[in-house]
Amino acid sequence: MITVNGLRKRFGATTALDGMTFTVDPGRVTGFVGPNGAGKSTTMRVILGLDAADAGTALVEGRPYRALRHPLRHVGSLLDASALQPGRTARNHLLWLAHSQGLGARRVDEVLERSGLQGVARRRAGGFSLGMRQRLGIAAALLGDPPALMLDEPFNGMDPEGIIWMRGFLRGLAAEGRAVLVSSHLMGELEDTADHVVVAGRGRVIADASVAQLLAAASGDRVTLRSHSAEASAVLAEAGATVTRAGDGVLSVAGLAAGDVVAALHRRGVAFSEVSAHRASLEDAYLELTRDAVEYRWESAS
Amino acid sequence: MTAYLRALAAEWTKFRTMRGWVAAVMIAAALIVGLGLLPGLQGSCGKHGPGSECVAPVGPGGEEVTDSLTFVHQALTGDGSVTVRLTGLTGELPGEPGKPRSGLVPWAKAGLIVRGATTQGATYAAVMMTGSHGVRLQYDFVHDVAGRPGGVSADAPRWLRLTRSGDTLTAAESTDGTAWTTVGSARLSGLPATVEAGLFVTSPQHTEEVDVGLGSGAMGGPSHATGVFDRLALAGGWQGDAWKTDVIGAQVEHGGGAGGPGGAPDAPVAGGSVGPAAGRVSGAEREGDTFRLTGSGDLAPSIPGAAGVGVTITSTLVGTFAGLIVVVVLGAVFVTAEYRRGLIRTTFAAAPHRVRLLAAKATVVGGVTFVAGLVAAAVVVSLGQDVLRDNGVYLHPASTATEVRVVVGTAALLAVAAVLALAFGTVLRLGVTAITTAVVVIVMPYVLAMTVLPTAAGQWLLRVSPAAAFALQQASPAYPQVANIYTPANGYFPLAPWAGLAVLAAWAAVAFAAAAVVLRKRDA
Repeated sequence: MITVNGLRKRFGATTALDGMTFTVDPGRVTGFVGPNGAGKSTTMRVILGLDAADAGTALVEGRPYRALRHPLRHVGSLLDASALQPGRTARNHLLWLAHSQGLGARRVDEVLERSGLQGVARRRAGGFSLGMRQRLGIAAALLGDPPALMLDEPFNGMDPEGIIWMRGFLRGLAAEGRAVLVSSHLMGELEDTADHVVVAGRGRVIADASVAQLLAAASGDRVTLRSHSAEASAVLAEAGATVTRAGDGVLSVAGLAAGDVVAALHRRGVAFSEVSAHRASLEDAYLELTRDAVEYRWESAS
Repeated sequence: MTAYLRALAAEWTKFRTMRGWVAAVMIAAALIVGLGLLPGLQGSCGKHGPGSECVAPVGPGGEEVTDSLTFVHQALTGDGSVTVRLTGLTGELPGEPGKPRSGLVPWAKAGLIVRGATTQGATYAAVMMTGSHGVRLQYDFVHDVAGRPGGVSADAPRWLRLTRSGDTLTAAESTDGTAWTTVGSARLSGLPATVEAGLFVTSPQHTEEVDVGLGSGAMGGPSHATGVFDRLALAGGWQGDAWKTDVIGAQVEHGGGAGGPGGAPDAPVAGGSVGPAAGRVSGAEREGDTFRLTGSGDLAPSIPGAAGVGVTITSTLVGTFAGLIVVVVLGAVFVTAEYRRGLIRTTFAAAPHRVRLLAAKATVVGGVTFVAGLVAAAVVVSLGQDVLRDNGVYLHPASTATEVRVVVGTAALLAVAAVLALAFGTVLRLGVTAITTAVVVIVMPYVLAMTVLPTAAGQWLLRVSPAAAFALQQASPAYPQVANIYTPANGYFPLAPWAGLAVLAAWAAVAFAAAAVVLRKRDA
């Protein structure tokens, strides 16, 4: 379990963390989302004792990271998959890490197999694709068989096949009872993966809820209707829907399924040109939550 | 396993799994050995058939000595004393071929001597007037006791006396032959009952430093001195008037050996490049009770360098600076490579105690370079000696203790320098900056001091810079009573060996402490 409480940190004039507080519980995948600059990576670095917070605490199993005797046996982490020396083989990279924790070569071979790298173990990491580096980073995080894992943007650079593998892998880790914290600036990546989401913006937590809660909180199902008929609004209101004008000849209909909308309009002979059902996604909920917190809108849009 | 040992195991694995790093250590060792075994030094010792071998006489202390002098003597048994008045001491310096200049070298010697034998290297004690160091008592080549300063002339003669009592010889001097001042006394163990005692004159090699543009060198040649004596008298148990003249060590024993590896290639090299002074010839003449002795040579430990002959084992280690460059680059890169890729965060995540980690890194890079330096230095010092001798270069033998100190010292120099570079790398983080700093601070002072810098500036650098540790490679001591150009280029460093290492170690300690402080304070 990882507990972050009231972390504050400034880099010069920039406030990176402004009271960041959340916990990562075992047995589930906690998504850590927010636009670039929200403080996700800084938070993770503080948890790992790499950056010092100006205030607040970050504890792993109730202890500061620096107090851990074999830290990788408590938290496995992947911050930057490219943090490798290109000339060293994948296996040797894991080997020195294993030695730093008093582990042997056997454990290295186990994690190589688990991350699907056994075939390239003796190849230099410099020749790896970003996706393979991510797998190597995962293998490194797993070395100490830690009860908690922390991965910063693990989906970056992965091909679709890799993303599917990663999702299953993360769920599997949580199913083993581990606490898994996964950051992403794209909420969509965490759909079907995270059980719980911590949404960060401008250095603090905007939302900390289960995925189900977030979806419920987001605006419900809507139907977008394109019709120039003046009656459409009244007809649908009669059928029990809440109708708002969303533009010239565009109505947003809530409280009525798309089929019911079509049926109601058909019954009264109201003409329409398009009906589209729109289901709220985690992405919508996230965008709604972070609308004000986006600091670098252009960068995050890219 | 303690946290430090785990960090050490991890850093060792890191090191040995980078082919480039392992290769760098091999290259450093290969440079040290290779440059040492391919010396440009050539000499003529043993190159001209039998009899041309270079063999230096050995003094009572076992050290190689120079023992060349003009000696007017007779055999005397038992205890007694000999007294003489010195009324003149003049000399002649080498100049243009055939045109010697008049002048007296500072350590020209004229006086009384008691020798165990006339063979070279025999035990002796002598009281003498010198060119510019006043009256001295010297014995058994390496010992020197100062008497009163001053010169000598017909108007201001100087009386000298040497008294034997058993194994002890006591030297005294006087300006008037009445009031005597004791200079000192010497115990010569193993002095036979019958000794050869009498007058001597000798005058060591003249050398002067010359600055030729960017290179400094030395030039010189043999000098001669002439001493005029009278009132030679024996007393105590000694008597007789059967004085005979010997010019001991008249022929030049050492044909080989350039001055040293340093200096610009086209600079004048010491020894023999200027023709011998043609004016005076060693020998003695007697006119009534006046003796006129002309001599050339020295009674002194044999030294390498501009005023001496040959080289020392230090010459086999000329490749050290090249190996050092590789080693300091490795030391810096051992940490900057991690900063470059962000791997340092993985390292700190695995070993959160950063100072302990730095210590582990220092142990690995220091240990590896120490072992490589030890092997390379041991190989090149032993094989390099054979190469030099095969090339006809006269090589001063070093004692085993000196050889061990030079070899272990070279290894220590490399290891501590690597740790210093590691500390630079930790503070500066950027590879190029750290490497540049390390090379400029550690290697450059040595290269500059050995080549272009004036002696004083070079010696200052070799006192204060990390390159002071090159003093560990000095194989031959500097004797104040032997005129020589004691410069780094000739293998003489301004600090004692271990003091030089202490200077480098102090640099490393301060840099390591600074690195530890910034590591603790800085976000990774």
